[in-house]
Amino acid sequence: MKTRNLALATLAGAVLCSTALTAAEPVKVGFIYVSPVGDAGWTYQHDLGRKQMEAAMKGAVTTKFIENVPEGADAERIIRQMAQDGNQIIFTTSFGYMNPTEKVSKTFPNVTFFHATGYKSGANMGIYNARFYEGRYLNGVIAGKMSKTNVAGYVAAFPIPEVVMGINAFARGMKSVNPKAEVRVIWVNSWFDPGKEREAAMTLIAQGADMITHHTDSTAVVQAAEEKHKEKGTWAFSYHSDMSKYGPTAQLSGTTHVWGEFYIRTIKEVLDKKWKGTNVWGGMKEGMIQLAPMSKSVPADLQKQIVKLEGEIKTGKLHPFAGPVVDQAGKERVAKGTNMSDSDMNSMNYYVQGVASAFPKN
Amino acid sequence: MGLNFISSILFATVVAGTPLIIVALGELVTEKAGVLNLGAEGTMSVGAVAAFAVAHHTGNPFLGILAGMGAGILMSLLFGISALTLMANQVASGLALSIFGVGLSAFIGKPYESVALASVEPIRIPLLHKIPLFGPALFEQQGLVYFSWVLIVAVAWFLYRTKAGLVLRAVGESPVSAHSIGYGVVRIRYQAVLFGGAMAGIGGAFMSVFYTPMWVEGMVAGRGWIALSLVVFATWRPARVMIGAYLFGGCMIAQMFVQGSGVRINIPAQFLSAMPYAATVLVLVLISRNRGTIRLNSPASLGQTFLPDA
Repeated sequence: MKTRNLALATLAGAVLCSTALTAAEPVKVGFIYVSPVGDAGWTYQHDLGRKQMEAAMKGAVTTKFIENVPEGADAERIIRQMAQDGNQIIFTTSFGYMNPTEKVSKTFPNVTFFHATGYKSGANMGIYNARFYEGRYLNGVIAGKMSKTNVAGYVAAFPIPEVVMGINAFARGMKSVNPKAEVRVIWVNSWFDPGKEREAAMTLIAQGADMITHHTDSTAVVQAAEEKHKEKGTWAFSYHSDMSKYGPTAQLSGTTHVWGEFYIRTIKEVLDKKWKGTNVWGGMKEGMIQLAPMSKSVPADLQKQIVKLEGEIKTGKLHPFAGPVVDQAGKERVAKGTNMSDSDMNSMNYYVQGVASAFPKN
Repeated sequence: MGLNFISSILFATVVAGTPLIIVALGELVTEKAGVLNLGAEGTMSVGAVAAFAVAHHTGNPFLGILAGMGAGILMSLLFGISALTLMANQVASGLALSIFGVGLSAFIGKPYESVALASVEPIRIPLLHKIPLFGPALFEQQGLVYFSWVLIVAVAWFLYRTKAGLVLRAVGESPVSAHSIGYGVVRIRYQAVLFGGAMAGIGGAFMSVFYTPMWVEGMVAGRGWIALSLVVFATWRPARVMIGAYLFGGCMIAQMFVQGSGVRINIPAQFLSAMPYAATVLVLVLISRNRGTIRLNSPASLGQTFLPDA
C-alpha cells in the first residue's frame, strides 16, 4: 500500500515536472514594489509598465506583484518567496532591494532578476534605471522662461546623488535661458509625507518661488501650487507621473517615467534566450523618460523650442551636463567640450551654479 | 517682506500644530482615566479615509468631519471591547489597533486614491483677520483650528473645574477607590476612550479634508505617534500640549523657511529636520522637570487593567 502510494506520488511528480518543462504555459513574471500602487508616483508608473507589458504579451506571460514591501530584511524573504513560487523573471523596483536581490539571485540561477536604480549586477541579475535628468532639464527651461520672480522651489526627499542630479539638471535648464534664475531646495527627509511636502511647497511659495517641483512621492506639491495659483501665480512641474489631474491649472509640464516598452523588450530577450545581461540607463531616446504634456499656458513658441530641445537630447546633440559644468564654489567639474560621464553623474555630491541653497553636508 | 515672512510662519505653525492638539487632547482625557490607548495612528488613518470619502460623496466637508469622528469612535470602541471589557493588555490592544487601522484605511481607501478634493476656504473673522502679523494666523483659519482652541479650554475646564472631571481623574488615579464609592469605572473609562477616538478621528479628518485635501495610504505619516508622545512630555496638562504642538509645528516650519530662504547656511538638512523633535522634547522636559508635578499629574493607574470585582 505504502509503496504504491509512493510510486503514484513519484509518477504524479514526474508528470507535473514534465509539463512544466514543455513550457507551453505562460511564464510567470513577478514585480516587487516599495510603496502602494496608488494613483500617481514611482510605483504607479512601474505598475502601468507591468500592465502594458502583460497586455502586449498576452498568453506568453502572467504577472503578479507585491506592493508595499519594506526595503531590508523583509524584502529578501519576499523576493525568495516569489522565486520559489515559480516566477521565472522578477523585477525589484527600489534601490534598497539591491543587496537582497543579489543574494536571492545567487540561490536561484535559473531565475532572471532585474533590479531598478542600483549598481550591482550578476550572471542572472540585470539592472535598469532612467535618465530622468533629461526631463528635469527641459522642465527647468520652461521654468526659466516663464518665471516672473526668477525663483524656483524644489521639494526634495534625501540628499543622495539621484536626487541631487535632478536638482542640478533643473537648475542648469533654468539658468540656460535665464541668467538671474535661482533654485531653492527644501529637504523634507522623507520619500512620502504629504503634510510635510505641502508645508515645504507653501514655504517656498511664500518666499517668492513661482515655479515649484518635487522629488518626493505624493501629489501634495502640485496640489499646493494649484491652491496658490490664483493668488500668487504659482506653476508646478510634476514628477514620476503626470499629475495634471491634481493641478489642472498650475501644472505646466513634468517628467514622467515610462517602463512598459523596456519590460516588453527585456522579457522577450529572456524568453527567446537571447538575454546576455542588462545594464540599461534609458532616457528620452529610449522612450523611458517622457515630458508630461505641456499645458496650454506654455506659450506656443516656447513649446516649439522645448520640442526642438527634446529632439536634440534624443540625438545626443544636447546633454544637460555638457561642459563647462561649474559647481557652486566656482570649481569647474566638467571642462568645455565634454559631457559628464555616467559614473560622475551617479556620484554627484555638489550643487551647480544656479542653486541658491547650501548643499547638505553629511 | 520681513513681516510677511513672520506672518506666513505663524500661519503655517498654527495649521501644522492643529491635528496634533486635537488628537493629543483626546488621548490626554483617555489617559487621565487611566487608559493607555496607543491606537491613535490607526484611528487617525481610518478617520482620515472616512472623512475623505464622505466629503467627496456629499461635497460637504462638515459631514466629512462627522464621519471622521464616527469612524474614530468605532475604532476606539474596538479598543474598549478588547482592553476594557475583555481586559486584554492595553499596550498590546492599542498597538494592534494602530497596525490594524493603518491597514484598514489603505484597504477602504483604494477607490479614493485617484480623487482630488477641492480645498476648503478658511473662515475669516471680519476685520480681525486684517491685523498685521497675527491676523491670518489667528483669524483666517479652518473651522477645526478654532475648534482646537475651544477644545483646549473645554478639556482643561472639564478636568479641573467639573465634578465629572474630578471623577474621571479619580478613576485614573485609583480605580479601586472610585469603584468602592460607587462609580462605574469601566463605564467612565469607556466614555474617555470613545472621546479620545472621536478626537483622533477628527484629527484624521483635518489631515485628509483640510490640510492636504487628498487621500493616500500612509498620509498620517506618524502624527498619531507624535501626539501620543506630546501627552507624556506635556505631563498631561492641556496648555502644555498646546505649547508642545505649536513648538513642534513652529520648528518644522521655521527650519523649512531657513532652507528655502536661499541663503547658504551650512547646517545639515538632516539636523534641521530632526530639530522639531529635539526642541519639543527639550522644552517640554525643561518646563515639566519638577518631579513632584510629574507625579501629581501622571495618572497613577495608567495602563493597568481594572477588574471590577477584585
